[in-house]
Amino acid sequence: MRIECPHCGERDLREFTYRGHALALSRPSEGASAEEWDDFLHNRDNPAGATQDLWRHDPCGAWLVAERSTTTHQVRATRAVRGGEA
Amino acid sequence: MRYSGFRVFREGLRRNSGWQPLWRDPEPKPAYDIVIIGGGGHGLATAYYLASEHGLTNIAVLEKGYLGGGNVGRNTTIVRANYLLPGNSEFYSHSLKLWEGLEGALNFNVMHSQRGVLNLFHSDGQRDAAVRRGNAMINQGDDAILLDREGVREKVPFLDFDNHRFPVYGGLFHPRGGTARHDAVAWGFARGADMRGVDLIQNCEVTGIDIEGGLVRGVQTTRGAIRAGKVGIVVAGRSSQVAAMAGLRLPIESHVLQAFVTEGLKPCLDHVVTFGMGHFYISQSDKGGLVFGGDLDFYASYAARGNLPMAEHVMEAGMSLMPMIGQARVLRSWGGIMDMSPDGSPIIDRTPVEGLYLNCGWCYGGFKAVPGSGFAFAHLLAQDRPHETAARYRLDRFRTGSGLMDEEGTGSQHNLH
Repeated sequence: MRIECPHCGERDLREFTYRGHALALSRPSEGASAEEWDDFLHNRDNPAGATQDLWRHDPCGAWLVAERSTTTHQVRATRAVRGGEA
Repeated sequence: MRYSGFRVFREGLRRNSGWQPLWRDPEPKPAYDIVIIGGGGHGLATAYYLASEHGLTNIAVLEKGYLGGGNVGRNTTIVRANYLLPGNSEFYSHSLKLWEGLEGALNFNVMHSQRGVLNLFHSDGQRDAAVRRGNAMINQGDDAILLDREGVREKVPFLDFDNHRFPVYGGLFHPRGGTARHDAVAWGFARGADMRGVDLIQNCEVTGIDIEGGLVRGVQTTRGAIRAGKVGIVVAGRSSQVAAMAGLRLPIESHVLQAFVTEGLKPCLDHVVTFGMGHFYISQSDKGGLVFGGDLDFYASYAARGNLPMAEHVMEAGMSLMPMIGQARVLRSWGGIMDMSPDGSPIIDRTPVEGLYLNCGWCYGGFKAVPGSGFAFAHLLAQDRPHETAARYRLDRFRTGSGLMDEEGTGSQHNLH
């Protein structure tokens, strides 16, 4: 699997750390209910096919969202996580 | 047809003309008391125990492919009961006891081999942890023996005992652990269920779950609609898709775990050996191949194959632990789809839909659980209350935070196990 870092270009999987589904960027607000936290922390759509996951490119430290297929491992597109998004 | 030495002898004289298929190939009936979705190890064991323990036989097992074609045919065949935490301890202990009587109960040779599982440790701190785990196992009524370095050397003299980073200090030996012939386990349970009247329906994919007023009514399949009083979902890596048909969103993420096997070698490795610090474990199959694996690839996947970085890591760990492995050639590798739960422990429970039951979250440890899981899930389906060995495998423990079973002590979140 090869992933394109928005800053460094296409790189080998070895350079990246996986941090789960990109919903990790949608952290519940301070006053969120227990159900919202449960959904955020535990429950997943777990799609077989197109997904969006959060990766870190370790050499440059960039966080990125990859549009990736869980059935073929093809990475279709990546984008840098914007400031204030997480 | 019952199997016996006499039967083998007689068929030998009759040019093996009398053997019969292990199970029927029935058409689905319009309705069943219980429909089990998933004809893998856990689903087939559930059907078998529903019939043998509860006398319920108006049951169908629906399998989208062929019986035993999923994880039960793709694992590394290890059977053990060396868990630490209450909940897991009694469950796996019970499962191992079922394993020990399985061949007699099923009248089928699953090649269960109690060759012992050896967990290595490499520091004083790890030795303390091994002592604690061993005591937990003994308290549960299972067996554990603490081996020092020389004790390990007697069993597996070819390890790199003086590895600079991870010198072998000793090991926790679990003599009743071992391996079994994985396919035969699926076949044995399938035959046992079929003999008791359960319909095993292959090439029958469930495409919908019928629910009326919060009550399950049956399933839609590629072979037509089937009504059911109760429906059990036992589909491992595909749990999220099937549960979504009932409007459920599960605390499950599917990941790929790779395994490897070498060409057949003469017997050289008598036990299952695990090298936790390298995320590496290995045993030798009865056919002679060294069967080994490592950790998850650590990204969500349904591809049933992994990537090279983890393959390299596993090979490196194997070379670090037992350099002689470098003499063997790897024959093939493959991947399975693991239904990972946040705390690394499984779920056997009711769902918010009346009559719909769930069995999932086996992570990378489902094979040894096959008899215990089938036994407990059958109990839940038949009696509508959990079996005592699986009462802690609740679906709501993540929401409430009560009763989490995090064996590794890393936390109850995805991607930590």
